[in-house]
Amino acid sequence: MNRFLLPLGLFVLLAVVLAVGIVHSPTKGLIASPLLGKPAPSFSLPDLADPSHQVRSVDLRGHWYLFNVWATWCGECRAEHEMLLKVQLAGVVPLVGLDWKDDPAQALTWLKQLGNPYQAVAVDSSGREAIDWGVYAAPETFLVNPQGIVVFKQIGALTDEAWTREILPRLAPPRAAGS
Amino acid sequence: MLPELGQFALVLALLLAALQAFYGIAGPAMGRERWMAAVIPAVAGQAVMVATAVACLVASFVGNDFSVSYVAENSNSALPLFYRVAALWGAHEGSLLLWIFLLAAWTVAVAIGATRLPPRFAARVLGVLGVVSFGFLLFTLATSNPFLRLDPPAPDGRDLNPILQDPGLAVHPPILYTGYVGFAVAFAFACAAMLEGRLDQQWARWTRPWTTVAWSFLTCGIALGSFWAYYELGWGGFWFWDPVENASFMPWLVGTALVHSLAVTDKRGLFKSWTLLLAILAFSLSMLGTFLVRSGVLVSVHSFAADPRRGIFILAFLIVMIGGALVLYAWRAPALKSTAGFELGARESFLLFNNVLLVIAAGTVFAGTLAPLISDALGLGTLSVGPPYFNPTFMISMLPLLALLSVGIHASWKRGRLTDSQRALFFTLVAAAVVGAGLAFGWYARGRLLTFVGATLGVWIILSSLVDPIDRWRRGLSLSRAVLGMTVAHLGIALAVIALTTVQSFTVERDVALAPGATASVAGYEFRFEGVQSVEGPNYDAIGGTFMVTRHGEAVAVLRPQKRQYWVQHQVTSETAITMHHGNNLLIALGEDLKAGGRWSVRIQVRPLVSLVWFAAFIMALGGALAASDRRYRAAAGALAPARTASAAEGAR
Repeated sequence: MNRFLLPLGLFVLLAVVLAVGIVHSPTKGLIASPLLGKPAPSFSLPDLADPSHQVRSVDLRGHWYLFNVWATWCGECRAEHEMLLKVQLAGVVPLVGLDWKDDPAQALTWLKQLGNPYQAVAVDSSGREAIDWGVYAAPETFLVNPQGIVVFKQIGALTDEAWTREILPRLAPPRAAGS
Repeated sequence: MLPELGQFALVLALLLAALQAFYGIAGPAMGRERWMAAVIPAVAGQAVMVATAVACLVASFVGNDFSVSYVAENSNSALPLFYRVAALWGAHEGSLLLWIFLLAAWTVAVAIGATRLPPRFAARVLGVLGVVSFGFLLFTLATSNPFLRLDPPAPDGRDLNPILQDPGLAVHPPILYTGYVGFAVAFAFACAAMLEGRLDQQWARWTRPWTTVAWSFLTCGIALGSFWAYYELGWGGFWFWDPVENASFMPWLVGTALVHSLAVTDKRGLFKSWTLLLAILAFSLSMLGTFLVRSGVLVSVHSFAADPRRGIFILAFLIVMIGGALVLYAWRAPALKSTAGFELGARESFLLFNNVLLVIAAGTVFAGTLAPLISDALGLGTLSVGPPYFNPTFMISMLPLLALLSVGIHASWKRGRLTDSQRALFFTLVAAAVVGAGLAFGWYARGRLLTFVGATLGVWIILSSLVDPIDRWRRGLSLSRAVLGMTVAHLGIALAVIALTTVQSFTVERDVALAPGATASVAGYEFRFEGVQSVEGPNYDAIGGTFMVTRHGEAVAVLRPQKRQYWVQHQVTSETAITMHHGNNLLIALGEDLKAGGRWSVRIQVRPLVSLVWFAAFIMALGGALAASDRRYRAAAGALAPARTASAAEGAR
């Protein structure tokens, strides 16, 4: 119409791009975890299913486990959920959840509706525990070895690719995979 | 107790900002004197509340109150006191609080200066600033509250990010933010003018000093940031075109254009709508920069998911602020016709070229910065754009800009004739070319064409900038601070150009493996590795290397770079060691222990004139400060007296 509307038009275009960018955020992060190769933080947190019971890191010693940080307010976590159920079905490594800054009642409903892939879910409503793990955002997944060392961290949703390329090879010693 | 007090103060500040915005905008619109009178108390109250909130958060940091989540995440009891205070702006939440605090400070300054403005206009300016402040306060309280508690409290904090534990960090963000926030004032003046539907030369005269001061702060902030990156990050460079740097550079480019365009509006009453648009653009980029840097939308869009509301809120806020201003622009700007004309060779033309080229430069940086985001949003995969894109595209607009500068300052307003200064221009160009060739092919002996061009342009700007001041001085005429400031700022640009081309052309970088007792020679200097020993800091362990630097057998310096391992975050940082010698900047960074006979990998760099880059930036900022302090801006009060009575009478009607 007139040239004075041009800046507004350009801005609207940019806003649309930014909106798409936010909604469709990429799952690949660029942040290296300071925890990689270091012992996982020890914790003792209430169990989501039974708050009188504690989920403790000492009980997890001696086994591989995947530590998955999630929350019901996290849209990406819902997308990730199907992958977690697949991981559970594979039965190779147990999933331990950390329900982060969340309402436990909503979290229970979520698990009831979508299925529960976790061996146990620890509740971290204050976000205190996630600080120790250096969590930037949900979802994040840590692979912890039997010695309690974090060997891999996935920022963003766990993908098929990460599962087959990064996690499975670490779980199986090379010669066992060959035989 | 203190965190709750701080939060309460922030809520009160939010309410006062709402009042300030409402009374400031509705008061003049409805012609209510009393509403307009309520604006100043709201400004003062808001400033007190924001200062209280900042004091509360600082007290929590100083007192190691790890029941506050933000303190637990960004501080530690072993952290030295100095950094416990600086940790306030070590992450997103506190940075926002700092932003709000600086905005309150600017607003108070404007309110004090506004006693010389017509009351309706002053109320509108403060009202628009109130809207900005309201938005930031709401964002902080809703999504990024720094006062949230942890229950149970953390036994100790996670420590401040080690790379931020440096004196450079402590001063760099506040200064940078002062610049960012300062453009809010230019933005508010622009919006107020559009609300009034009137924009005259007087308006430009009011806006100019504020804009220039903000620009000076931004210049200093960018230089400090670049200096900090140079010696702390240890990557061996001072500018990387990374998104965070670009976020501060784009408002600077547009701000520079705005400073020049305001000059035309002030002197000739031209470029009105263009000036408005630049004012909106400069502040929009500042806001975008603030968000990009601290929320990490570009570094990793993923960070937004930390709280999905954050990204949405930011976008909504930007749409309201920028979109609102642009709607106002589309509606009101067409009425602001400029009546005067000018000839092609007149100074106006050169300033128009300056503006266009600066905006193109900002546009190329903007495109390069957002390209990864856009390609990702369109599902084209992730891509990164680096120096191979930025360096040449940026130069395409910068070289003509620098070439036109010397001619532009000698052009006269309105008329396109250069006769008086043609001879001076020609002689300075010849002299500059001789000096440039000497520098490029004689002094350093292995110059390239770019070195010659850069050095010539730089020297030409210096010589031609000095022609008029020297002429006036010889005739015993006084030099106004505005002209002096302009000259100094242009000298700064010239020095920066010379320094940048020299650094770019003659830097020597070597990565070597050295055993204790071994010597590396780089660019005529010998670096003898004496060995390493362990060092203990307040909150880190370090390995320190010792290097004896000599030149032709003469001792130059002893350099002690370190590799630090911070206790809490287990992060390793490399502390470079730097020394100056005859204009050359020598830098050593310790790499890895190669586990072979005590051999270490070491990065050695010799950069000529790199310090001049930062020095030149401070010269530019000094020029800005000089220009802003010119008498004519302060004398505006006298000229305004009739206007004030007129508008008071209008208000009384």
